[in-house]
Amino acid sequence: MILPPADTGTEVKVSEQPRLHDDTRFAGPKIAIFQYAGVAIFLFLISGFWKLQIQNPQFYDERAQANSIKSVPILAPRGRILDRDGRVVVDNHSSFSLILARESLKEDHLRPIAQGLDLDYKDLSARVRRFKSQPKYVPIVIKEELTPADLAFVDSHHEFFPELVLIQAQRRLYPQNGMLAHVIGYTGEISEDELDTPEFAKYDQGDVIGKFGIEREYNNTLMGVDGQRQVIVDNRGQVRQVIGNKPAVPGKDIQLSIDLDLQVVAELAMDGRNGAVVALDPRTGEVLAMVSRPTFDANKFAVRIKAKDWKEIADNPEHPMLNRAIQAQQAPGSTFKPFVALAGLETGTIDDQFTVHCAGGVALYGRFQKCWVYPKGHGSVSLHRGIVQSCDVFFYTVGAKLGIDNIAKYASLAGMGELTGIDLPHEAAGIVPSEKWKLRNFRQKWYAGETPSVAIGQGALTVTPLQLARAIGGVAMDGVWHHPHLLRTLDKSETPEVWQLNPDNVSKVVDGMYGVVNEGGTGGRARIPGIDVCGKTGSAQLASNDYLKGTAAGRYLKDNAWFEGYAPCHAPEIVVVALFEHGEHGQFAAPIVRDVMKAYFDKKARLSTEAQQGQQNLTAKLAGVAGLGLPQAVPAPAPPKPAETNLIFHEQADEPAASQQ
Amino acid sequence: MARYLSRRDIDWPLLLITLLICAVGVLQIYSATRDTIWQDAWWKQILYVFLGLLLMWIIMVVDYHTLLHHVTLMYIMSVLALAGTYAIGKTVFGSRRWIPLAGGFHLQVSEFVKLVIILLVARYLTELKKDELELKEMLKLAGLVVIPTALVLKQPDLGTSLTYLAVLVVGAFLAGLRWKYIAVIGVVTVLVLPITYSFLKPYQKARLVSFMDPERDPQGTGYQLIQSQIAVGAGGMFGKGPLKGTQTQLRFLPVPHTDFIFSAFSEEHGFVGVIVVLSLFFIMIMRIVQNAQTAPDRAGMYICMGVAALLLFHMLVNVGMVVGRMPVTGIPLPFMSAGGSNLWSNFLALGLVNNVRLRRFVN
Repeated sequence: MILPPADTGTEVKVSEQPRLHDDTRFAGPKIAIFQYAGVAIFLFLISGFWKLQIQNPQFYDERAQANSIKSVPILAPRGRILDRDGRVVVDNHSSFSLILARESLKEDHLRPIAQGLDLDYKDLSARVRRFKSQPKYVPIVIKEELTPADLAFVDSHHEFFPELVLIQAQRRLYPQNGMLAHVIGYTGEISEDELDTPEFAKYDQGDVIGKFGIEREYNNTLMGVDGQRQVIVDNRGQVRQVIGNKPAVPGKDIQLSIDLDLQVVAELAMDGRNGAVVALDPRTGEVLAMVSRPTFDANKFAVRIKAKDWKEIADNPEHPMLNRAIQAQQAPGSTFKPFVALAGLETGTIDDQFTVHCAGGVALYGRFQKCWVYPKGHGSVSLHRGIVQSCDVFFYTVGAKLGIDNIAKYASLAGMGELTGIDLPHEAAGIVPSEKWKLRNFRQKWYAGETPSVAIGQGALTVTPLQLARAIGGVAMDGVWHHPHLLRTLDKSETPEVWQLNPDNVSKVVDGMYGVVNEGGTGGRARIPGIDVCGKTGSAQLASNDYLKGTAAGRYLKDNAWFEGYAPCHAPEIVVVALFEHGEHGQFAAPIVRDVMKAYFDKKARLSTEAQQGQQNLTAKLAGVAGLGLPQAVPAPAPPKPAETNLIFHEQADEPAASQQ
Repeated sequence: MARYLSRRDIDWPLLLITLLICAVGVLQIYSATRDTIWQDAWWKQILYVFLGLLLMWIIMVVDYHTLLHHVTLMYIMSVLALAGTYAIGKTVFGSRRWIPLAGGFHLQVSEFVKLVIILLVARYLTELKKDELELKEMLKLAGLVVIPTALVLKQPDLGTSLTYLAVLVVGAFLAGLRWKYIAVIGVVTVLVLPITYSFLKPYQKARLVSFMDPERDPQGTGYQLIQSQIAVGAGGMFGKGPLKGTQTQLRFLPVPHTDFIFSAFSEEHGFVGVIVVLSLFFIMIMRIVQNAQTAPDRAGMYICMGVAALLLFHMLVNVGMVVGRMPVTGIPLPFMSAGGSNLWSNFLALGLVNNVRLRRFVN
């Protein structure tokens, strides 16, 4: 390296100047001070590194990890719910959910996010606050079922809001129009209160659990285990590397004993009416159909119900959330008479020679009790006619002879007054009055004068439709009461309640119930040609006071219409009970039961014809039936053949239904 | 009077240390900018280093007395250029610091004004020809320095404008400002600070507040300080290894190749690496001080000490910021941070030091 010659001119100028005050020594001590200051500054800096890197590197290391590792949940799909033939009743459909990754959440982003996604800002910030106590890797689901507009928003704002993460979610898809709503129930996000209960203790904030019906009862089966993906993300939320992948374990499917073919018919039959229908197989206790009206749309609950929808349901005076099949505790009315008849026969209080004269009423215990045909009368009434014509006077008399405790004994034997143990939450037990019951609850002696009312299914006696179905089914089975259940299980571990009834006595009662339907009795509307249907109507008074009945207008005081029926009479396969609230007379409930039973026997006949049509034919047909239940794009089982109606599972289901024909 | 300049007299150890620091810087820039839009910064930096060496060479050969002779002109041009920057400059990150040049380059004028300030202070103090600095003279000099300072502050660029004051303060101290005046200036400064605070831009205030309490708004203005401390702390004793610092590689660290390059370095190389590089810087500054001590005249001494003060101030503010002991002012780490203007200004400063050194045996 050669340096160019220096510019000497200036040099000369400077050096020619006097050298006074141009020694640098005067600054020596000050330069030393500067040096010390330099040392001090470097020590000050090094101490900063010492504090961070040597004294607590773990602390910062963890924070660095928290910075870069993000946990993205993989939501486990819930198990599907199938009917007894394997048709899908409740399915999932995949959708996008949006979660807030709290590791990278900025509080001041909440407002624009709420705005962009059409969410309520207050709700959103309250939600974020609620999660404060949770570890940071627990994400918050802020919106489900993203619309294309939401997706576009998230996509275009990815850089501004790195905390927004899209995940694939499985949303519950329930039948339309509230079909089977009370049985299936619904799911929802776990509430603070539920988190405190032992039943849900193992779940976390934000989990979606079964809240009602089957969804709740079998939540542990249906619910899978969410997986988790741990990813390294950069400060824009972009995934750089996947470091952990715990796959989700999907929930298990469950198969219900419900037969959709019957369910649809029952739903249709109850259209526009309030009440309940229960169809059981008395041989196993399987519930074939269960309807409660009015109903609700479980899809509104699918994840989080809107406040407005909830208010509408909660404020409805008709209580659509009540599952009347297991929760309505109503006087059974005349449907109770077969049990009183059986009690009379079994205790030997009466035999089939026993007759009563009905003059439209009878004076018992100092009170004139009217027959329902008053002022007319039934004349001379035997057991058979008593049941067929539902003569109140006959049963007042039998009841009085039996005494309340005998009535109570046989009612309890048939399962009234206690829970049936069905696999649904919130079942009600009903009341079977007895001397002991009265003493315990009212601290009063039972008055014999109260007994006749109970003998015709009034007074303090209340049952649920399910109890009544189970009770009459057990009688028809000669004293074998299976426990009703909705889960179709192949193992026969369920043990029925058995009380050996005298088959002769049973057959006398059964004959009477056959007469009700087939011999010009009150239940003639339940008749099905070619099928031996037995049954009994019931018209249960809500206000026994004639005065009230006359003045307080409106349906709320009209009698409840009941019908209990089963078929065939001597080898029962199906029991159906219908409660038609304010239906005035039991005969109006009879057609509901008839429709369901007819659907049952039609299907049975159809299947057996098909079975005879040779293997090939059958296979093809079954494939068609199976295909029905598992549509690809629209997870909707098609309605069964007779249902030409709008009451179907999902609106779009018409097409597969048409092609199936 | 016969003069010749020997290349033996160049401060080779100083140059070697400087180039070592530059090399560390280039490697760290490479690591911090991989897969980003700045991924070309590392080889550009190498070019800048060579250009810087060239600039150093050029300024070395022009006798510093000549430079001092023309300092009035340089000062006027600087003030005009700063005013021009403010008028036509390119706005980057909300402040106008750069003057666009041909070929897409942008020059940060304020970086080069540092050198003019050093020369200005050196000439003014030399021409006093006294061993004590009177308050009146001090105020005159301060008035001269405050004009460009204010212009830079207005860009706004608090960090760079403070470097001018650092040069002024150290110069005044060396020139023999009496202790009682130092005390008075200190008191006045303390009294004036709250007033100055009210003149700061909102973002500058936020930076100061977040410096006092970074956790108050961890996602906002405290973000940089916190992320930097996390990066440094996570480095531990030996660091995460090159290219392996998550804070750096995943961009949690703000500007990891410029102002926060030392955070990135600390994360990947740990306390050991920090000690090595800080030692290099320390030796570099001390060698410059040594050159001041052996300077042939006061002007040379003031120039070297100005450069030393400038670099020390940069270290204090930048590295202090990295460990959370200084507020975020946004000044680069000399010879390491990516960017041409600062690098060239620093090489020019080294050129001034060598300029003085080459002429130490003149008389």
